[in-house]
Amino acid sequence: MTLNATVSQKSPLPGRGIAERLACAVVQPVLSRVVRRIASRHSSLFARLGPHQSTDFLIDPIELPFALHLRPDPQDLVLRAVPRDAAPRAGATIRGRFMLLLELIDSEEDGDAAFFSRDLEVSGDTEAVVRLRNALDDVDGSIAEETAAMFGRPGRAILSRLRRSYIPS
Amino acid sequence: MTKLTLGPIAYHWPAEMRRDFYTRIADEAPVDEVYLGEVICSKRAPFQEADLPATIERLERAGKTVILSSLAEVMLTRERKATADLAALEAPEIEINNAAGLFARGKRPHRIGPFMNAYNEVTIAWMASQGATHVSLPAEMPAPAIAAAAGAARDLGLGVEVQVFGRASLAVSARCYHARAHGRTKDNCQFVCENDDDGMPLRTTDNRPILRVNGIQTQSESYVDLLPETARLIEVGVTHLRLMPQAADMVAVASAFRGVVDGTHDLLEAEAGLHQACGGNSFSNGFYHGEAGYRRISRAAAG
Amino acid sequence: MSLAELICPAGTPAALRTAVDAGADAVYCGFQDATNARNFPGLNFTPAELAEAVAYAHARGTKVLLALNTYPPAGKVDLWRQAADTGARLGVDAFIVADMGVADYIARTHPGTRLHLSVQAAASSPEAIRYYCAHFGVKRVVLPRILTIPEIRQIRKEIPCEIETFIFGNHGLMVEGRCSLTNYLTGQSTNMDGVCSPASDVEYKRHEDGSMSSQLAGFTIDCFGADEKAGYPTICKGRYTAPHRPEGYYAFEEPISLNLSKLLPELIDAGVHAFKIEGRQRSKSYVRGVVTAFRKAVDDIRAGRPADMADLVALTEGQKQTQGAFETKKWR
Repeated sequence: MTLNATVSQKSPLPGRGIAERLACAVVQPVLSRVVRRIASRHSSLFARLGPHQSTDFLIDPIELPFALHLRPDPQDLVLRAVPRDAAPRAGATIRGRFMLLLELIDSEEDGDAAFFSRDLEVSGDTEAVVRLRNALDDVDGSIAEETAAMFGRPGRAILSRLRRSYIPS
Repeated sequence: MTKLTLGPIAYHWPAEMRRDFYTRIADEAPVDEVYLGEVICSKRAPFQEADLPATIERLERAGKTVILSSLAEVMLTRERKATADLAALEAPEIEINNAAGLFARGKRPHRIGPFMNAYNEVTIAWMASQGATHVSLPAEMPAPAIAAAAGAARDLGLGVEVQVFGRASLAVSARCYHARAHGRTKDNCQFVCENDDDGMPLRTTDNRPILRVNGIQTQSESYVDLLPETARLIEVGVTHLRLMPQAADMVAVASAFRGVVDGTHDLLEAEAGLHQACGGNSFSNGFYHGEAGYRRISRAAAG
Repeated sequence: MSLAELICPAGTPAALRTAVDAGADAVYCGFQDATNARNFPGLNFTPAELAEAVAYAHARGTKVLLALNTYPPAGKVDLWRQAADTGARLGVDAFIVADMGVADYIARTHPGTRLHLSVQAAASSPEAIRYYCAHFGVKRVVLPRILTIPEIRQIRKEIPCEIETFIFGNHGLMVEGRCSLTNYLTGQSTNMDGVCSPASDVEYKRHEDGSMSSQLAGFTIDCFGADEKAGYPTICKGRYTAPHRPEGYYAFEEPISLNLSKLLPELIDAGVHAFKIEGRQRSKSYVRGVVTAFRKAVDDIRAGRPADMADLVALTEGQKQTQGAFETKKWR
């Protein structure tokens, strides 16, 4: 598990990206807990990933100050927030609005439909993306709800507020 | 003894071109068997039916065996009737390309065409039990499957045929893509396909040749060329090698294959002659080697 | 009136449960190998998963149909035989088959299990359908998406088995089971390997102007402008040039999906027994939305009410829908 989110591969210009790095540092402990929990509760997910357990995915929620680096390797699971200018070289990149990505993870939205409407952008290894999508789609229940529940009532409140404030365009 | 066959003309060649073609085949082409009949589009069939008896007579007089091929797609009343009529023939032999033809033919002898999806030994055994005497394998089959199918078919006493030359059929549809390209429908096509005697070329939007349209059929852009693989095909039990008619010098094409099969031509020399007979067309053997069909695998690489 | 069974796709166990819960009369699925025509990465069922799925579906009165609808190449038939044996052992309600050898094997070895003729067999005439009924005891045919409703009505009168038609989803243009387009560009076969435009050969490229091109094995299939809706990177939905069409055009079909929601009463009247929803490669969200909408529509029609159908256009390819050949011969 990689916990150090602030290690940067490229040296940023002084003063630039500080907010992004701060955001990453704040969110990282949460991500680490989330990914461990999901992995332990939904271990069948890894079989569907096949050879792409070791692929580096970059999940890029366009309106957030950072992207997420996911390597779904059950032996060395990585989910970390990365500033965009320090993002690792990804095997596959998935880009879209944060709420859409959340709904795709939870199968509230259909990935192909989001792709057809151009709200979802995919680049790199397409098979890796398809496998990740199918693996997540076979998870029953809501990963978002589970995550929120980990933080008790405040967590649920934040999620439901996020959902209310989200207006599909 | 390995036989060379000439497949049915896939295109809508004008009547005169067709007549001249078969006259020349009868007189000059070293092929043993010729398949006749419209396989692709039932609307075209009436144009060649008038000439059919004379063509059959002409080819048989030249010592060729003639086989009549049935439609690949059977949906409309006229297609059902054409298929039933063909299945009722006592002579010549018939090649069936649709299950509707198998139904009409019953257990009387027939050949299985390349559109019948005879992919494996179990299916071939089934077909043999229902009166099939000969089977054409699908164009996309790779070498190991061809070998296994040919072995099984030979054990059952069936002829086994593989396409060794010409554009591969990649798909058929109910929709006519020739008509569509010209803003028409199939019912109102005005036989615009007649203008493309070697298929209508499609290119990708960045200008790379990719496919050919032939009415409801989609074909490969490249000509399949299994001349270098011919010896291996014969070795595994393939009995008939099919040449598909293209707008090329088909007599020269047939001569190249004949020479290699008979051992009278050096392969390199025959290959050069074959390519010269085909103008600037590209060649492929990817399906045979289990690769993308459009690819050309060199002998050195293929081993 | 026919039963108008709703036959729903299940690419994963979770999607299968979703379809059952949303009111499917039957679900169809396949194993994680070449024995079915949606052999896509990360999709489909292990035998253990299928066992659980059958139990879940049967406990709720839903049937499970197993797709064995590809064509085994010579030398590899055992994989298909084993899949059929496993399916029979797990108690699936029917096999969906295309290959005559596979049909013959099942008819002899598992005579107690129904055989459905896959659309991959491309049986589009009464004679072709009767061939499979007579020799293999086929109980239902899935018709190719190329027939008009009057043609379906005529076929129904001449065949001894039930009819299933597609009502929603991918709008296949080529005759199924006769298409080697994917193999021509990628070396993987739709008929023998169960793949169509395999993801491993697909690449999307975003350009400076916001447009996005899709490539299959290095061949450009389409390029969508910044504001254009996109489709699958399938060869039959690609944009090409021809001598008369130098501007580039959809030579076969544009990105579009089939939606026959408005024709359901006519299809029932024509004698269609079962309605098939395409999309084993789609998500639970798609399954939930489409199955729920059609469940309600079919129930409305059965109760003599006008069907009030939810709008499904957001789920369609290219976000466009058509009634295809079912509506008019002009489609051809």
